Amino acid sequence: MSRYNRHIILSEIGPEGQDKLSKAKVLVIGAGGLGCPILQYLTAAGVGTIGIIDFDKVELSNLQRQVLFGTSSLGENKAIAAKNRLEDLNSDIEIEAYPEALTYQNALELFNQYDIIVDGSDNFETRYLVNDACIITKKPLVFGAIYKFEGQVSVFNYNNGPSYRCLFPKPPKKDAVPNCSEIGVLGVLPGIIGSMQANEIIKLILGIGDVLSGKFLCYNALLNQTSTLKINRNDAVISEVLNRQSTFGKRTLKINCETNDIVSIQDIINNENIQFIDIRETHEAPKVDELSVKNIPLSSIQNHLEQLNNDKAKYFFCQSGTRSKRAVVYLKEQGIINCYSIEEGALEIKNYLKEQFKEKTNVR
Amino acid sequence: MYITVKYFGQIVEVTNTQEETIEVAGGHVSDLVEVLNSKYDQLENKDFQIAQNQELVSLETELTGLEIALLPPFAGG
Repeated sequence: MSRYNRHIILSEIGPEGQDKLSKAKVLVIGAGGLGCPILQYLTAAGVGTIGIIDFDKVELSNLQRQVLFGTSSLGENKAIAAKNRLEDLNSDIEIEAYPEALTYQNALELFNQYDIIVDGSDNFETRYLVNDACIITKKPLVFGAIYKFEGQVSVFNYNNGPSYRCLFPKPPKKDAVPNCSEIGVLGVLPGIIGSMQANEIIKLILGIGDVLSGKFLCYNALLNQTSTLKINRNDAVISEVLNRQSTFGKRTLKINCETNDIVSIQDIINNENIQFIDIRETHEAPKVDELSVKNIPLSSIQNHLEQLNNDKAKYFFCQSGTRSKRAVVYLKEQGIINCYSIEEGALEIKNYLKEQFKEKTNVR
Repeated sequence: MYITVKYFGQIVEVTNTQEETIEVAGGHVSDLVEVLNSKYDQLENKDFQIAQNQELVSLETELTGLEIALLPPFAGG
């Protein structure tokens, strides 16, 4: 227990508090700017079970603020890369990585396995999904969001308190607010906001201090200003979510961002659990017979959606990378997740695979 | 009455200021929003909620003076 000595010698925590932390189960949505500091502090604090869900991969432009990752994790799934780093930080706890997107289909079952849900996602579609799933599964939600130099923090759905919808009942009009990684952000800002979220999580688990429930904290990093606004529960809004509960699992998530959809064959060739799809018409050559490939022509893709394996990452290619991009946009609109467009055309892919094969045989 | 109006996030990009004082005759929160909409023509395209004296209010709430904040939602993580 010497690992947690500085917690245990605090009279407000003590061995009982540390025991509460070790029994707590926390699910963090997104291992990005907010997720990294949250995960780091929860792991260091000895929170017994931590779940991490993220479908995205580590990119060079993430390293400016996503402090769990280094250049050695580039191209890796974020949930898995985070788990690897965190296991080195503290191997006494359970860390579960879910390298997939949070969807209306998997959210409820997943949330039911945890005590506290933490939102570190980067788009409104996911944020409303998380909020509604927390209302349905009756889980407290530790919310954090950032914009350029400003951040917002709150604890929703706790002790009959308000939810995110009580403040913002409906998602904003499409394109009215930038989503995902379209805009710049001060690197240290998610560090501050994510640490504030971690603080709220630990207070919730320990039952100490005043939790930010019914309060919405706004932080401005440039002005060093904090405003805390009082928000009230809106029962009508919450009832509406509960009334629509039966159709929850049938809804589709439409994430409105195009980041990370385009990949290079070099970065994915060694990935496991993937499906390659040639979306050229059947007469087009050359065939990529070095790989196990499914041929689904773009012209008839709408009739073959059942051939796409939902559990696998799906990589689409064509002659030049243009049609495969269109296919991914179309499939995302259909709510099919884990679709990527390979930027190289069939011939380039073929040449690359031949090179790889040559290198391998030369080594032998 | 004089009201201190505070702007957050994307709203500042429309107003180009974090804070200002606005004079209104009184009335409801909606009356102040009307004044702001005529001052900033891009404001109507923005999503935001309104807090009066650090408490979330609706457009129908009576203006009591002091401070109003325009709070937009953030998506980033």
